[in-house]
Amino acid sequence: MRNQASEVKTMNVLIVGVGGQGVIMVSKVLATLCQMHGYQVKQSEVHGMAKRGGSVFSHVRFGEQVWSPTIPAGEADVLLSLEWAEGLRWLNYLEPTNGTYITDTQHIVPPFACLNRKRGADKVYSKETPEQIVAEVANGLALDATTMASDLGNLRASNTVLLGTLSTALDFDVDEWLQVISDFVPPKTIDINRQAFLKGRAWAEQAKDETISEPLAPQLKTVIPEIQANDDFELRLTREWCKGCDICVKMCPERCLALDAEQLVELIHPERCTGCRVCEWLCPDFAIDVIRPSVQKMSA
Amino acid sequence: MDDLVKKTTTKKNSKKDSQRPMTGNEALARGAWEAGVRVGSAYPGTPSTEIMENLSKYPSEDVAAQWATNEKVACDVAIGASFAGVRAMTSMKHVGLNVASDALMSVTYIGVNGGLVLIVCGDSGIHSSKNEQDSRVFAKFAMVPCLDPSDAQEALDYTKLAFDLSEDFDTPVIVRSTTRLSHTRSTVKVGKRVEKPSKGFVDNPSKNVMMPNNARVRHPQLIEREEKLKEHFATSGINKWEKGRKDIGIITMATSYAYVKESISDASILKLGASYPLPDKLIADFCKSVDRVLVVEELEPVVEDEIKVMGFAVEGKKYFSRVGEFSPEIVRQGLEAAGVLEKRDLAPAHDQRITPRPPVLCAGCPHTSGYMAIRAMNGRVMGDIGCYTLAAVEPLRSIDTCVSMGSSIGNAIGVAKAGLESKPIIATIGDSTFLHSGIPALIDAVYNEVDITVILLDNHITAMTGGQNHAATGKTLRGEETHRIDFEKLINAIGVTWVKKIDSYDVATMYQTFREAAEFKGVSVVISDRPCVLDPVKVKGPSLTVISENCVACQSCMNLGCPALSWSDEWYDGHHKVKIDQDACIGCSLCAQVCPADSIRPLEAEVH
Repeated sequence: MRNQASEVKTMNVLIVGVGGQGVIMVSKVLATLCQMHGYQVKQSEVHGMAKRGGSVFSHVRFGEQVWSPTIPAGEADVLLSLEWAEGLRWLNYLEPTNGTYITDTQHIVPPFACLNRKRGADKVYSKETPEQIVAEVANGLALDATTMASDLGNLRASNTVLLGTLSTALDFDVDEWLQVISDFVPPKTIDINRQAFLKGRAWAEQAKDETISEPLAPQLKTVIPEIQANDDFELRLTREWCKGCDICVKMCPERCLALDAEQLVELIHPERCTGCRVCEWLCPDFAIDVIRPSVQKMSA
Repeated sequence: MDDLVKKTTTKKNSKKDSQRPMTGNEALARGAWEAGVRVGSAYPGTPSTEIMENLSKYPSEDVAAQWATNEKVACDVAIGASFAGVRAMTSMKHVGLNVASDALMSVTYIGVNGGLVLIVCGDSGIHSSKNEQDSRVFAKFAMVPCLDPSDAQEALDYTKLAFDLSEDFDTPVIVRSTTRLSHTRSTVKVGKRVEKPSKGFVDNPSKNVMMPNNARVRHPQLIEREEKLKEHFATSGINKWEKGRKDIGIITMATSYAYVKESISDASILKLGASYPLPDKLIADFCKSVDRVLVVEELEPVVEDEIKVMGFAVEGKKYFSRVGEFSPEIVRQGLEAAGVLEKRDLAPAHDQRITPRPPVLCAGCPHTSGYMAIRAMNGRVMGDIGCYTLAAVEPLRSIDTCVSMGSSIGNAIGVAKAGLESKPIIATIGDSTFLHSGIPALIDAVYNEVDITVILLDNHITAMTGGQNHAATGKTLRGEETHRIDFEKLINAIGVTWVKKIDSYDVATMYQTFREAAEFKGVSVVISDRPCVLDPVKVKGPSLTVISENCVACQSCMNLGCPALSWSDEWYDGHHKVKIDQDACIGCSLCAQVCPADSIRPLEAEVH
């Protein structure tokens, strides 16, 4: 890519992440840089419901004549992901033969991934390793930008580390990148963001063979305990002792208890009960027992 | 941030001072300002919110830009300014037009004095709405011209043009955007503001007072106006004919045009800048000039049907869906299905790996506790529109319905009057939504004597759309101090005798108060009060931490659905223990309050 816009085909950069990470800031930096070079730029994003914690994406397209504001699937020259699982969500947008995939290896596990109350249930979150994904794409760069930024003293500069890595995939001068970044970040953080950018860039330049960074974000070291299939339990309610204080009803995390017409406790959703024993422990009248024969085997 | 964009560009591009990257919404606001608009009024709604926010960045001497209580008030304010003889606008999301439509259907008969423009932003694909209705249908219904810009430059140009058309043809004009246009940033060449001298109020009761005798006279004049607009659009240049292949012609508009251009370079194209009214002769000439005509339009077959009525066998919805947002892929697939383009066999290169990540209430969101407590009440809960609609899904799942802005209270009255419900009947509504259209329903509840509990979730801002002021924040759109509505006084004045205000972060009081309110026979109102954690200021207190050895993995705190809480790698009795992301935690303490094992404590205390 040279300065004359006429020589280029439309370049497509897809930037994805989690709400609050700075996806929009990153794409504005890139769009401004392209604009400075006289390219036609379209940058398209969706916000609204995904204010915080939701999946966020921004399409940046630049070239001589850009039509569609969004990148067609399979045509992103660069896919830049600020969070591990978000990059995987968009992987099919990456151009398969030549596309560059840049991702932070940091996991942001959404609360939605931790809803399964079954005994032994694990998170609903990507189990893939950076090695596996880097091998799958044409050009893969997986780095722990979050830790790199933390080491510099500001976790929030991780997106600038990634901009540094992105800069090696596009043909703009380092000074121009740094100038635009300086214009976008709060004045107090200009220095740390410059360092973050250069760190991300230096890593990518060295990463010819080793395209997965050390240190890596923790990779699912969890050992899932063995759960016996017939690990049954029983909730015993002694109605004679219940005085209808309602504590168990309010505190049951699965909301499976209720007071009946006589204002005494009853189990309305036995299928939801996980045997967590909160009701048993909190009942001031010892009216609830959780009977589980195999409990000894379970305690870790 | 937007100022910074401008700064950077001007620095580098001193020669191209007039070229700036702008979102569609920024360009729409710029176009109105350049056209000399003097009054702008709107109620926030995604994706339209930033239009009025951007208009308010221009000097107050140029334009009065303000938030209205709802879209109808906004539209009436703009109509009033037009009566007074100045150029005026209102902006809204597509469903906002439903609220404003009563005024629109009348002002279309009246016409304008100062130019009157309604900017209506659709949400095809339903990114952040309750439906994806096609506003072009409304334009036809109201017989007002509808302009359809395809990018930010046209958004600016068409908005300016809309004011001229409005005055030249004595009609309100709709400029239609969609999420994709409103939220796409592209290069825009800007111009200078043109000051339009005020014409003053024109005394003309037979035109300005819509009553039967006058309306009967105006209706045929509307039909004449429609004819004149058709003639005008045939030659005005707003509809562009790009000559190409003779075997295939495509009629398209708005962002669909960009997708067509992305997919096919040599077809004959008629790009409609105005989707209503259609210039019959131009359309006929185009249809006759090619062997086959496809109409590519998002959502309803508005243009396709019109052209079919003209007697041309065009095709459209046969290949291009009536549902959802278009994309270059979808348009290409449609052209492939129609046999215009070669079929491409694009097998995805990678497995689909989807980690579910739906939007959630923020860490520390004051709505969270309210819905936990509401769920425990085991009531029949009518929801409303706002961030808190997210309480419809697990783990907070506690609202049973959500219809439209302000519907919750009216719906609750209906459930009560049906007389079949044995559970407590509850309506939950946010502060901004209550002001928007909840107040008339609350009056109705008192007037018709029902037994319901209204929970007013007052987070002191219009949160869902990104933090806009309203009549109960004490601040205007421009951030100036103004009168602040006092909810307690207002609700008392309506005649509600049972009103209590509680702190949204006090879970025990909340459970107790909700129960008392439900037990009260008649209309009871609980105001759950805490500012939003994002706006107007970002709240960040000291983080809490989980003392892992005490955690019994009961998942009580996980029922909050707080994004700062997730499973740690430790287990207790077959279940994951919990950890807190200290960066995300704002220290609201809700999780500590619901923890039965007292294992969540302030981080500071732990260190010492």
